[in-house]
Amino acid sequence: MSAPAAMDEPARLVVGPFNRVEGDLEVRLEIAGGRIEAAFVTAPLFRGFERILEGRDPRDALVIAPRICGICSVSQSHAAALALAGVQGIAPTPNGRTATNLLVATETVADHLTHFHLFFMPDFARAAYADRPWSARAQARFKAAQGSSVRGALATRATLLHVLGLLAGRWPHTLAIQPGGVTRGADARDKMRLAATLSAVRQALQDQLFGVPLERVAALSERGELDALRAGDSDLALFLAIAEDLGLDSLGRAHDRYLSYGAYPGEDGPLYARGTFSPEGPGGVDTAAIAEDHTNARMEGRWRAHHPFEGFTFPDADDEVGYSWCKAPRLAGLPFETGAVARQLVDGQPLIHALVATSGGSVFARVVARLVETARTLIAMEDWVRALEPGAPWCAQGDMPRGGRAAGLTEAARGALGHWLRVENGRIAGYQIIAPTTWNFSPRDAAGVPGPLETALVGAPVRQGETTPVAVQHIVRSFDPCMVCTVH
Amino acid sequence: MYEGISGGFNVLWIQSGGCGGCTMSLLCAEAPYLAATLASADIRMLWHPTLSEETGAEALALFERVLSGEIRLDALCVEGAMLRGPNNTGRFHLLAGTGVPTIQWVRRLAAVAENVVAVGSCAAYGGVTAAGINPTDACGLQYDGRREGGALGADFRSRSGRPVINVAGCPTHPNWITETLMLLAADLLGASDLDAYRRPRFYADHLVHHGCPRNEYYEYKASAEKLSDLGCMMEHLGCVGTQAHADCNTRLWNGEGSCTRGGYACINCTAPEFEEPGHAFLETPKLAGIPVGLPTDMPKAWFVALSSLAKAATPERLRRNATSDHVVTPPAIRDLTRR
Repeated sequence: MSAPAAMDEPARLVVGPFNRVEGDLEVRLEIAGGRIEAAFVTAPLFRGFERILEGRDPRDALVIAPRICGICSVSQSHAAALALAGVQGIAPTPNGRTATNLLVATETVADHLTHFHLFFMPDFARAAYADRPWSARAQARFKAAQGSSVRGALATRATLLHVLGLLAGRWPHTLAIQPGGVTRGADARDKMRLAATLSAVRQALQDQLFGVPLERVAALSERGELDALRAGDSDLALFLAIAEDLGLDSLGRAHDRYLSYGAYPGEDGPLYARGTFSPEGPGGVDTAAIAEDHTNARMEGRWRAHHPFEGFTFPDADDEVGYSWCKAPRLAGLPFETGAVARQLVDGQPLIHALVATSGGSVFARVVARLVETARTLIAMEDWVRALEPGAPWCAQGDMPRGGRAAGLTEAARGALGHWLRVENGRIAGYQIIAPTTWNFSPRDAAGVPGPLETALVGAPVRQGETTPVAVQHIVRSFDPCMVCTVH
Repeated sequence: MYEGISGGFNVLWIQSGGCGGCTMSLLCAEAPYLAATLASADIRMLWHPTLSEETGAEALALFERVLSGEIRLDALCVEGAMLRGPNNTGRFHLLAGTGVPTIQWVRRLAAVAENVVAVGSCAAYGGVTAAGINPTDACGLQYDGRREGGALGADFRSRSGRPVINVAGCPTHPNWITETLMLLAADLLGASDLDAYRRPRFYADHLVHHGCPRNEYYEYKASAEKLSDLGCMMEHLGCVGTQAHADCNTRLWNGEGSCTRGGYACINCTAPEFEEPGHAFLETPKLAGIPVGLPTDMPKAWFVALSSLAKAATPERLRRNATSDHVVTPPAIRDLTRR
């Protein structure tokens, strides 16, 4: 540990191990005048999944790629299936598409619940906040691993994941999602069971998390309507009170440029639209303009940024310049933030639009976006269960050609996830992955431009004597980082 | 902060070269849920990457108190493979905030632990992290694939005298973990309770085949030909449930699931080196039309003889249903047909 804890005002701090994020994270901070002047984000674990995939039968990607991450496993599986479907030139059957949406959405909603209750809120139950009027309530509900809402959310999450048990065998690491659809169909009784599971989850969220019907959360359109929910005794009400007291809407703003690949394909387009959103307004996603910069990654190939079809992953063991195993992905040369806030902004959800328009993509906006999305997605899942059609085909069959290339783009809970697959001589010749937290927690690029988290941390307050500043923890966790995906 | 820490069964959980999926699975424990299950055996998480409040300096201070012996460590749980690379430096994973390779932290903590538990196939044997070219020179705690050795060495014994206990699986079932910890807390896990790969026999003495709902298709060699078909997946689709040691089809996952119930092959994820089957995972390798991997404990001649007999006797119902994604022909109702 290199934190000079004895000094009153340390000029530098290294924060780690950073828990209640998925995977391993270290943050290096430069501090002056009680505020962070610069931040450097390190992903300290490299496993080399892209190299592990090379040379294998392309279909093996469905076994290997999900094991990049135990919390985004289904999303990784979906991206791999989309890339394989692209190479095979097939698309899922309507049933396969709907069932896949259900599987991906189940994981995303479960992850949103895990984030709010297990990862993010326990920081407000810390002794550092003992003097706040809400502290006792926060401790009762959100004390790490013990709070009543933490336990309740774990139970709700376990119930929700029965959708994966029924339709996909288990979670994480299922092989149920295939290029042509899913391996297991549902009959009428399965639909009743799925409906019962989702109904139990709806009830639990309405009782404990929201205090109001899902529809009211999904339809929130302005700040005043959100503030009105402070009246109740829900977890959301407590969060809103804490956020107001601590000014979480003025904490953790990044570049205010957002990316979504679009989520949950349907006959008439995705449930959540694909696109970008920046101060200049909405835009499309030109995937040809995506490139990864290795300047501050401990990777060979620093001479220029690489489009993922031309990308490669050669770790440089002797490198002392790079400070992360994470490459720096850029779209048209710029860093982008991704996640629920990006999805809801790009999709035009009016409340998230209003929050970002007022004070940018803050800690507050990110958390609220996740909660609104939880409500919207659960409602959509109920519709998808009704849309499943017993007797109609679940999985289209395709043939794997000897060569080809395709990208599989989807949305994980944490944001835009892409797999870029090249097949040559019937084997995987190249497999490049850009995960959501690769975008959000990227290091600086060749131009010295910091990644979104590195930018979001600048200006955050550091209290006297803090070795692990609590404001830093709020900002870091507001992204719901997944570090095992980041580097893979 | 750690009041009452001297009582109970203290667990410290470290993650390294893995995906965190065994923890994510652990949180799915039900009937009772995780907190109640652990409380029933007075198991306390001193620190867990997902569950604990302490971060950064607070967590490291706790590790130091464990290393100094101030806090007793009843079980060190390690999730994820041990990364020896590059060039044996362990620098592919430095424990954040310490600059020290995680493999070194694990060796230090293992030396003071009453028991060491490898959570998942990566921590046990290397697993998927050691697949292909094994870019990080990954291995398990006490195995390197099938070979004994690994990060702690073949001779390692924890303070209780036990070797590393391998709760293998990719991921692990939540109750494989909780029941192992509960048995340790009750001092009911002896040397004879581990199998040849040091997996707890309470789940490893079963085969995934046991309780598989496709057993009737297996009996008559009525095989699935493509994914989403209902038939047995052994002949064409890579299923090795008849050889894989685990109780997945009797214990069930996330309510009523298992891999074969989900419509895809068992890939034997509790076994060392499952990550390199030598063929595509979802395709059965064959020699002269006969699957190379035969059911455990079954002589080849008998398998061939029984299979050809069974194929000749396959009821039309099973033949039709095996290649459909839903039941097209239900079983006859015997008392009606008799009349």
